[in-house]
Amino acid sequence: MNTQAALATDKEILGSVRVQGLVVYYGDKRALGPVDMMIPGKQVTALIGPSGCGKSTFLRSLNRMNEMVIGCRVEGDVRLNDEPIYGSGVDAVAVRRRIGMVFQKSNPFPKSIFDNVAYGLRIGGLTDRSELGGRVEQALKHSALWEEVKDRLHESALGLSGGQQQRLCIARALAVAPDVILMDEPASALDPIATAHIEELIHELARDYTVVIVTHNMQQAARVSHNTAFFYMGDLIEFDRTESIFTKPKQPKTEDYITGRFG
Amino acid sequence: MFGREHTDREYEHELLQLREQLLVMGSHVESIIGDSINALLGRDTPLAERTIAADRTVNRMEVELDGLCLQILARRQPVASDLRFITLVLKVVTDLERIADLGVNICERVLELNAEPQLKPYVDIPRMGTEVQSMLRDVLDAFVAKDADRARKIIDRDQVVDALYAQVFRELLTFMMESAHNVYRATRLQSIAKYLERMADHTTNLAEMVIFMVDGEDVRHLTSRDDLETSDPRHGRN
Repeated sequence: MNTQAALATDKEILGSVRVQGLVVYYGDKRALGPVDMMIPGKQVTALIGPSGCGKSTFLRSLNRMNEMVIGCRVEGDVRLNDEPIYGSGVDAVAVRRRIGMVFQKSNPFPKSIFDNVAYGLRIGGLTDRSELGGRVEQALKHSALWEEVKDRLHESALGLSGGQQQRLCIARALAVAPDVILMDEPASALDPIATAHIEELIHELARDYTVVIVTHNMQQAARVSHNTAFFYMGDLIEFDRTESIFTKPKQPKTEDYITGRFG
Repeated sequence: MFGREHTDREYEHELLQLREQLLVMGSHVESIIGDSINALLGRDTPLAERTIAADRTVNRMEVELDGLCLQILARRQPVASDLRFITLVLKVVTDLERIADLGVNICERVLELNAEPQLKPYVDIPRMGTEVQSMLRDVLDAFVAKDADRARKIIDRDQVVDALYAQVFRELLTFMMESAHNVYRATRLQSIAKYLERMADHTTNLAEMVIFMVDGEDVRHLTSRDDLETSDPRHGRN
């Protein structure tokens, strides 16, 4: 069964992530894979599937976050723009700068709005204040938060609303100029209005970044993504253009899951 | 792995209800076709009048089914095969209602004809009627059985009806040329044949929709039928 969809062209290779033979173990247990997938650059790819299907494990494999989990072992190959992200010579921190991540529960640092966004830049060695200011402003504009916070950049980030905090976390990831943004259920803790803002933002981000989003909300996947991957029990079942997945999926398991035939 | 029924039983029930009501509407329309031809053959005015009244039921069902579809779309956000099914029902209902209207048109012509002596024995028009009724029955069966191949065969049968119509038209033309006295009845008969030919076209639309529902393949406007129409002006679809 060919789960690899030919969705990338030469034009899209920038920001593309190629996954080959990816297998993830937690101890002796195979949690995911083997998976082959070509994630097209500058598009939104959604990962859907029931709880425990491996979609979050897959997401975390894309920026080596799985290494934070004790007993986790990864096999196979993941490449960003054809450069491997695993391997003894590769710096995991550098990988996570280029492949940033946003989590379900937003986690702003207990610092000012400005310092949150500037954090990654300062860690990376940037000290020039005007350049820092410029980069922070740009990141906040790209995450559609600038207008709301420009007059209170030195107030605590913890005073922001849930939706604003999430956009702040996105700005923090954007500040270090990533190629890819990974999002793990970014809107599931937000109300419908904040969710709509995040979805609108995702749509805009795809102009400049590759976005991979895990969501348990199928309608959200249908709304925001160009491509959708369906995982079930550690396997990739189907990967295709979103409009195909939601109008005429090829695999019966995909059809059953998205139409609500869970058994 | 998963069951074939929706986990939400109420949703499953709504879809079943939709399907059943569609089939009931289909069988009403089948009856209207049969009754309109029988009214013609038997010069049966009361039957023609009853058939015209029966159209009201079909119209009511069109409204009800459209309403049900709208509700399901709003509340369930259907996708994949469910989405194709719902959008199909919306279109099928429109075509069925048109077919029923054409049956009413046949009955109206029958009432006019019954005021005059019969022009000629009816041979080809009843054959058209039988063929159209059978095409409609088969397309509803194909829909229930989710059988795209059966639906494809129905598309080919439209040519049979078109050929019969051409034959009827030619024959009625000779009657009209023979005597001006024949023109009133011949034109009514030609209209009836035309209505049947249009019914066959609508039924062919239904077959294309079944193929889309089952296969996800949109085969509209692809068949050789379209070539036939451009070459013979009498077969123009409305």
